[in-house]
Amino acid sequence: MDRDDIIEYAPDQIHGEEAGRKIRKNIVKVTLILSVITAVEVLVGVYFGRGTVSDTTWFIIKWSYILLTLVKAGYIVLSFMHLGDERKSARMVILVPYFLFMGYLIFIALTESSYIHDMLTRYF
Amino acid sequence: MAGHASKQIDKATLWGGKMSPFSMSYGKLMMWFFLVSDALTFGGLLVAYGYARHKYTGEWPIAEEVFHSFPGTDAYLPLAYVALMTFLLIVSSVTMVLAVEAGHRLDKKGVIKWLAATVIGGFFFLGSQAWEWNHFIHGEAGYVMLANGEKATFETHGHHYHDNAELYEGADLVLGDGTVLTGAKKEEALSTMYKHVQGANLKENEYGPQLYANFFFFITGFHGFHVFSGVVINLLVLINVMRGVYDSRGHFEMVEKVGLYWHFVDLVWVFVFTFFYLL
Repeated sequence: MDRDDIIEYAPDQIHGEEAGRKIRKNIVKVTLILSVITAVEVLVGVYFGRGTVSDTTWFIIKWSYILLTLVKAGYIVLSFMHLGDERKSARMVILVPYFLFMGYLIFIALTESSYIHDMLTRYF
Repeated sequence: MAGHASKQIDKATLWGGKMSPFSMSYGKLMMWFFLVSDALTFGGLLVAYGYARHKYTGEWPIAEEVFHSFPGTDAYLPLAYVALMTFLLIVSSVTMVLAVEAGHRLDKKGVIKWLAATVIGGFFFLGSQAWEWNHFIHGEAGYVMLANGEKATFETHGHHYHDNAELYEGADLVLGDGTVLTGAKKEEALSTMYKHVQGANLKENEYGPQLYANFFFFITGFHGFHVFSGVVINLLVLINVMRGVYDSRGHFEMVEKVGLYWHFVDLVWVFVFTFFYLL
């Protein structure tokens, strides 16, 4: 039975053995990067956790965690989810509105909660 | 893998309006739009968590002290179990990307192999999360409220007690100001105890501010529900692949689309892991 509601695939996406080997090599590379970053994060958390180090050290560790998380997220989205292989316009349409919105949300939530924390410690 | 999806797609791929926005098939673009909206939901939850976290700076529990147990041992192993869970999810993400790659080579056997591995990895993660929740809910020594309004905790010296009678008998009692009570004084204080909070529920918990446990349940629960639905969808697509549903289409794009969803679940966990367990 012929169905007309199924959209056919882009033949460009189909690759041969040679390209497949290269892609699998890249997958292994990304896997290693993700695993090593996670292992480093856990070890730092175990040996230099919050409460056991000075405020300055914790400040550096905290921002390293956030940076490493963004690196991991970048590898997952751009490599595993193939967003890096899509057109630039598609990439922008997905990422830009998200970062605009989340950036604002993070800014406003943390500003307000820090203020409330100040008020709580000052008056209560 | 650069560039293989960025070329112009052929006429057969055009949407109803004889156009193909972003050179993506309709289903794939809609999956991306869904993922963006889902990412906003998780982003909103994590920002709300950050709000509570900043509001209660100082009182917030330290994750290493809350999550330090491992099944089958009483040893103090901070973050070890959650590291294992994270690794499980990364591995199942890798098997998924291998299934997608096999699909691009029209290697049906490879798709079945890697997709099945992904489903198994997903079940393992769900099982781990069930254990984690169980442990979080039941907790450990906890704290007691005494008749004079004082909150006291137990000093177990690393010992594990099987029930509360043994705990009252064996552990020392530490008052809010750091005074350690033992022997008769401890028994006298414990006789005035009117509440013993252990573990966590939605009304009280032994770890810290109430919102901490509530966010733990809601965020990891919402993520776990995504993992569960992801496993179900992966399983359905796996059955379809085995039955040969996609053979007539000449491609395995469905594997790629559910793969996007599965990677997204992994992506969310990366953020949950950082903000819940590390910071």
